[in-house]
Order: sequence, then structure tokens, then C-alpha cells
Amino acid sequence: MNTNRSISVALVVSMLASIGLVGVYIAGGDRAAEGILLGLALGGLGAGIVLWTRLIDIGPETEEREPLETSPEDRMDPIELRPEGITRRSLLVRLLVGAGGALAAALAIPTLSLGPRPGASLFRTSWRAGVRVVGEDGAPIRPLDLPLEGVLTVYPEGAVGSADSQTQLIRVGEDLLELDPDRQEWTVEGVVGYSKICTHAGCPVGLYRAQAHQLLCPCHQSTFDILRGAVPVFGPAARPLPQLPLDVDDEGYLIARGDFPEPVGPSFWNVHSGDDS
Amino acid sequence: MLGWLDRRLGADSWARSALRKVFPDHWSFLLGEIALFCFVILLATGVFLTLFYRPDAAPVVYEGPYEPLRGQDVSAAYESVLRLSFEVRAGLVMRQIHHWSALVFVAAIVVHMARVFFTGAFRRPREINWLVGMGLLLLALGMGFTGYSLPDDLLSGTGLRIAYSAVVAIPFLGPYVASLAFGGEFPTEGIISRLFVLHVMLFPGIIIGLIAAHLGILWRQKHTQFPGPGRTEQNVIGKPFWPVQLFKSTGLMLLTAAVIAVIGGTIQINPVWEYGPFVPTTVSAPAQPDWYMGWLEGAIRLFPAFEPTILGVTIPSTFIPGIVLPGFFITVLALWPFIEQRVTRDYAEHHLLDYPRDFPVRTGVGVAGIVFAVLLTLAGGNDVLALAFSIPVEAITWFFRIAVLVVPPLLGWLGYRIALELQATDFHPLRRRKGVVLRRNAEGGYDEV
Repeated sequence: MNTNRSISVALVVSMLASIGLVGVYIAGGDRAAEGILLGLALGGLGAGIVLWTRLIDIGPETEEREPLETSPEDRMDPIELRPEGITRRSLLVRLLVGAGGALAAALAIPTLSLGPRPGASLFRTSWRAGVRVVGEDGAPIRPLDLPLEGVLTVYPEGAVGSADSQTQLIRVGEDLLELDPDRQEWTVEGVVGYSKICTHAGCPVGLYRAQAHQLLCPCHQSTFDILRGAVPVFGPAARPLPQLPLDVDDEGYLIARGDFPEPVGPSFWNVHSGDDS
Repeated sequence: MLGWLDRRLGADSWARSALRKVFPDHWSFLLGEIALFCFVILLATGVFLTLFYRPDAAPVVYEGPYEPLRGQDVSAAYESVLRLSFEVRAGLVMRQIHHWSALVFVAAIVVHMARVFFTGAFRRPREINWLVGMGLLLLALGMGFTGYSLPDDLLSGTGLRIAYSAVVAIPFLGPYVASLAFGGEFPTEGIISRLFVLHVMLFPGIIIGLIAAHLGILWRQKHTQFPGPGRTEQNVIGKPFWPVQLFKSTGLMLLTAAVIAVIGGTIQINPVWEYGPFVPTTVSAPAQPDWYMGWLEGAIRLFPAFEPTILGVTIPSTFIPGIVLPGFFITVLALWPFIEQRVTRDYAEHHLLDYPRDFPVRTGVGVAGIVFAVLLTLAGGNDVLALAFSIPVEAITWFFRIAVLVVPPLLGWLGYRIALELQATDFHPLRRRKGVVLRRNAEGGYDEV
């Protein structure tokens, strides 16, 4: 097939595909047909143009490279900005630099409007002593509502959906727990509560491996042993998931004994300093 | 027409020299052009998408045609993406072409950059353009990240959350910078509109400026060329811009667009309706970012649970792999022309390109760097690999923890050795060895023809 005919075929294909594209649009549209026809329309035209270069018989040309650097006689004369007697260290020059710097700082200040001072927000959640533990639907929970090895995402009453307060309850056999002595009071009927936010990169630690009693973060595979205070046993997370101290009220519903003892979520430089507000 | 312009602008003399500018011919010089064309496609499809997208985190009830989500609370942003995908004619194909060309855009930039690296095209006088190119790469990554965060689906929300965690991890400044960037503690309502402004205005604006600089500098400095007959440091040999190169480039642009259109039409990408809207308490698993983020994902997955507290300052375990490592990698890459100059003491101008074999150390370092990034990317899919091969994810993680330290130097050294070997034997792995034609002469001996 000679070049002229190849070009003709390519251009005709392109034209037909363009018409087809309009047809598909009018008919209601279809992702795959649109993509293929658009591809043919563009591709036919592109192929035609590339083939066209075969018709243009221009041999290689040589272009000389001129030096990039300006020759000494063409160089700009230096312009003396500082009259005699004014040195780099003189007051005028310093004032100029100072005024420029002060203006830059003043103009940069509105950047601070972009967000609040982090302050205590990283150290606190909505959990308070005596607040009831509620589920996704806002209903309070009794310890035995959870089946053995059952998992439930809970919130403080009045803050359902709160991202930093989300907590995971797990009920295990009470004799299996190996918590620190000062945490013995923090569980009820084998129900333990841990922050659901990974201490590594903040993903919800959503997978529970019941046989191993481990919580696994699906993002980066940090793994926490829930029998021993959710200490990390694998993956990049270095801090345990903070444990929520639990209790029951007079009606037998789960309540918190207080906020998490440590900040929840990803670590930051003063995470171990306690509340610095 | 030209006469009309010439009388007003004196365009003729300029056009004459511009149109006759010489373009050396080599397939690898087209990689950067492909990146440019992807950007054109991104602008064209992006404008269309912008007309339908709503950068708004306010909750609405979904009432569109997609059955599984009907009646669910979603953000206005997410809802507008679903509407664009299901209700706007040609909307879905535009969205998919946009996403696919973003993937090809970054890929073309990376491959183009590798070409420039391995052939030494960054050497004097082209250091500035190397830096401009680095800026373009970083902005392309920024465009990718802000872009795939806009639909406000579960996957992109996870990406934002990890980005927030990495920023918070910066010693001293982290909590402040993160609060300023996100407008408070994650998740915040304002982040969607901020990402939108970056994605449709600030970043593309800077990219357009940098592309202009990139091409302007290239135009001024003229092209590099591979060594060959007649080619010297003082000339450029190739086809003129008009008409040959312009035809070829236009054709290549259309062909690039054609391939991406077919892929975008037929291969599904980022089906945000399957991921569902972003909910702070949920995460999709296995979650995979777009390919160019894979190396960072891998780095923070592999880094061990090492979080020392020194003098009351905790170094979070995302800080080193998530901030320091990419910062170091990018800095070394950006400064490579200057590092190489300093080490080799070669400050001379170079317009003739190296073959990778000509500079074995550079080739070795490049190979090691690429292998490192590829291994990290694979490690970023450790859960996918675990699922696919039924191996515990712990074993895969440990394999990669060791591999990223051992394999890159090994393969880098291999690359170095191969380059030396090729130098010695003058064998070209890609080029077919041309036979030598011999002719028997009258004396019975042989002459080369």
C-alpha cells in the first residue's frame, strides 16, 4: 500500500470514528464505545499526520551551536547603585534589608488563619468520666451485649461518629487478660476498649484476629495484642493503642472512667509529655 | 496572513529561524513530549470535570441512580463525582481518561528523567533545566495526590489520613503545620476545598509556568544529541521543526491521546462508588494508592516500630520513612548534576550524550536507585502479595525489609560491571549487530564495502 493510500485510510477511519462518536453520544453514551471511537478518531488523524512526514523529503540539517556565554565586549556594564561612602554595612542598606524582611513577615502572618493552634486537641478526645458508651446507633451497651470474641465500634454518648473518640470494644474470656496491675479495674466482664485509631498513621484498626487476640491495621499491618494492653507485636506502629478505662453505671450500662490516658492516633514530637495545654 | 503579522510584529525573521530549528532524531527524545501531551489531555478533560465537581464536604443524602448507595449520607463532593460518573453523558469516560492520563503523565516524566539521567543530558549547561524538571515532577506528584483525594471516597480519605499523620510526625513543627494545612485536626471539613484550589488553580498554574521555562531553556540551549557521524559538541544535526518535527509531534500527541482514550474507555479506574464515601471509622482493605505513591507507602510499611524519645522529643515511626527518606531521595536527585561535577571535576559543557556504559558509576547509582524505588513500591503492596501468594504478610514484610537494603547495592554493582563490560566489548544490547559486507577482489583477497 503506498503512502498516499495509507494516509487516506487513516483519515477516513478517523472521520468515521468521529461521526460514530456523535452517534454514540446521541444514543445515550457508553463508556467503552466512547473510548474506542475517540481512540480511533484521534489515532487515525495522528497516524495520518505521522505518515505525512514520509511525503516531506527533507534531509537532516546541521545547525551550528553558538557559545551560550556572552562575549566580554557585549557584557552589560555594571551599574553602581551605591554612591561613594555607602558600604554594604551602612545604615541605609541595613534599613532597606530590614524593611523588606519586616514586610515579608507581615505578609506571611495571615497564613496563621489557615488553622487553629493545635493546643490540647491532640491530647484529648470526647471521653469523660461517667460518659456512657454507645454504639453507632447511639444506644447504650451492656457488657454482655457483646458475644465472646465480639467486636464493636463505640463512641461517647453525644459524640457518635467523632473521629478521635472512636473506640473498639472486644469481649474476651476474663482469665485470658494479662493487663498491667493498674489496669485491672479498666475492664468489665472481659470487655476491653481500645482506641480504634492506629498509633502509626491513623487508620482505623479494623481487623480482629480472634484466634490470636490481635487487632490488625489494614493500612500498614501494625498488629496489637489486645490481651496485653494492645502492645504492638508487628508492623511499624511503636505505641500501644490507648486503652479506655471502662466501668458500668447503676443500670448496668458501660461507661468510661475517664479519657484515654495517652493521646490517640499517630505519634507527634511531644506525645509523651502529657497534656501540655 | 504571515505578511499581515510580519508588518505588525516583524514575525518573519523570528519565524524563519524558529521554524528551521533542528531536532535530533531519537526515540528516547519523545518521552518528555509524551509527558507534555498528557498534560494537555489533563487540562482538556480537567476543565470538563471541573464544571461538574463540587468541592464541598457538606453532607447530602444520595438519591442518584446507583442503587447500593441510595439513601446514604455522603458529602456533596462525593455525590457530584457519582453524578458525573452515572448521569452526565460522556462524564465517566472523561473522568477515566483524566485519571489514566495522570498515571501516564507521571510515568512519562519519570522515564524521561531516567533517560536524561543515564545519558548525562543534565550536565552543563543544562543543570537549570534539570532542576525545573524536578520541580515539574514534584508538582505532578502533588497534582496526583490532590486529584485523587477530591472524590472524597474511602480510599482517598485513607490517603489523606496517612499524609496528615506523616506531617504531624515532623518534630516540633508537625502539629502546627498539620493544623494549618488541614485547618484543624483530621478529619476536617475544609480540606476538600483546599485540595481543590491547589489542584485546579495553584499547581496547574505553576506547572504551566515551569513547562514554559523548561521548553524555553531547551530552545535556547538547543538539543543534545547522541554521538554519530558529523555530530560534534559545536553542532546539532536533525530534522527542522517545520514541517517535519511539528508533524511528528502533532501526530505523537494525537496517538498518545488515542491510546489513553481507548484505555480510559475500556479499563475501569478508581470506581469510587465501590469504595463508598469517606467515613472516619472505616478503611478499605487492601488499600493501594496510585502507582507513583507506592514507594512512600512501601517505606512506611517496612519501617520497623522504632520510635525513640530523645530529650523529651519523640521521633514518630512515620517521620523517617515518610518525610526524611523521600526528602533525602529527592534532594540527592535534584542536586545530582552538582554532585557529579564536584566528584568528577568535570565542569565543561557537554552537548553530546553519554551512553549508559560511558559512565559506569552513574549508571550503577541510577540502577540502585530505581531498584530501591521498585522494591519499596512492591512492599507497598505487601498485603496484596500476601493474599495472592498465600504467604503471611509478616514474612513478606521481613523479606522486603532485608531486600531493600541488600538488593539495590547488589544490582547497582551489577549495572556498574555490565557498563564496564559493554565499554570493553563495544557490544550494543539493543542494536542488531550490522553485518560487514565483504567483496572478493581481483587478487583473491577480501575488501570491506
